[in-house]
Amino acid sequence: MRKLTLWLPLALFAFFAGLAAYMLTQEKDQFVESTMIGQPLPAFALDPAFDGLPGASKADFSGKPKLLNIWASWCLPCIAEAPQLEVLKQQGVEIIGIAIRDKPADVANFLNRYGNPYTRIGSDKISEVQLAIGSSGVPETFVIDSKGVIRHQHIGDIRPEDVPVLLRELEEAQ
Amino acid sequence: MIRWVFAALLALLAVPLAAQDSMPPAPYAYNQLEDPALEAKASALMHTLRCLKCQSQSIADSDAPMAGDMRHQVRARILAGESPDQIRRWLIARYGDYVSYEPEVSSTTWPLFAIPVLVILIVAGVLLRRLGKRRSDGGEAEAKA
Repeated sequence: MRKLTLWLPLALFAFFAGLAAYMLTQEKDQFVESTMIGQPLPAFALDPAFDGLPGASKADFSGKPKLLNIWASWCLPCIAEAPQLEVLKQQGVEIIGIAIRDKPADVANFLNRYGNPYTRIGSDKISEVQLAIGSSGVPETFVIDSKGVIRHQHIGDIRPEDVPVLLRELEEAQ
Repeated sequence: MIRWVFAALLALLAVPLAAQDSMPPAPYAYNQLEDPALEAKASALMHTLRCLKCQSQSIADSDAPMAGDMRHQVRARILAGESPDQIRRWLIARYGDYVSYEPEVSSTTWPLFAIPVLVILIVAGVLLRRLGKRRSDGGEAEAKA
């Protein structure tokens, strides 16, 4: 019994060393999820991000479930998700964009090059609305139901395999 | 020859890729509040809020554009009369406990606060028993001598 307790500190040390070694091999989850899921959108009204489309406000999220896409013309993954947003648009999904820290000319240029899946784009020059809905980067996509309640958050660019997931979330938000 | 000189020149010029926006920072991102008392309040709070883009830094330490926008929120809200605690709650409601560097007792963090107290109690118990025993042993030894 005495001998066993002598080994206890070493065993504890080995346990923690093993734990540290194991955690080092695990991929770190860098995403900060919004804790606003299930909460209504905060009130906001943003000016148009460029001349071609109207701006965006909370009142635009009514009638049917819609996607709220947080993006920016200076964001590379936003280029990668452009084709998927186009597919969603063709499926009849209404996508309202919020451009973060962006300039009208850059927004227009981006849409010319990579297509325009949006019906409205608000300009969020100081990430105000982004912070108010708990988004921590670009791109992020939120499913908003017909009552203006945030139902789902997708962090990062939308890959082809994410399209059915978003369509299902939109269906469930009906 | 000229090509090599050109290549060498290019290699000497470090031109970083612009992966960020070119917008001017938010009004209160890099400007302090005029009232020193309010600025002190804002600054103390900013040192205990996590930058969401650069997660090992506080928003007071970070130059990320998003940290600047968060500093603007903090200063603008302090100026509007909100208390630091209200602003912290506002952010925690959006990003969870993770955004705050000030630990809180909650359903997941209570062991962090309870375990040290428990360990101290156990150690105190063991010490008392051992010391008490030794003293009584010593007492007996002296009595015998």
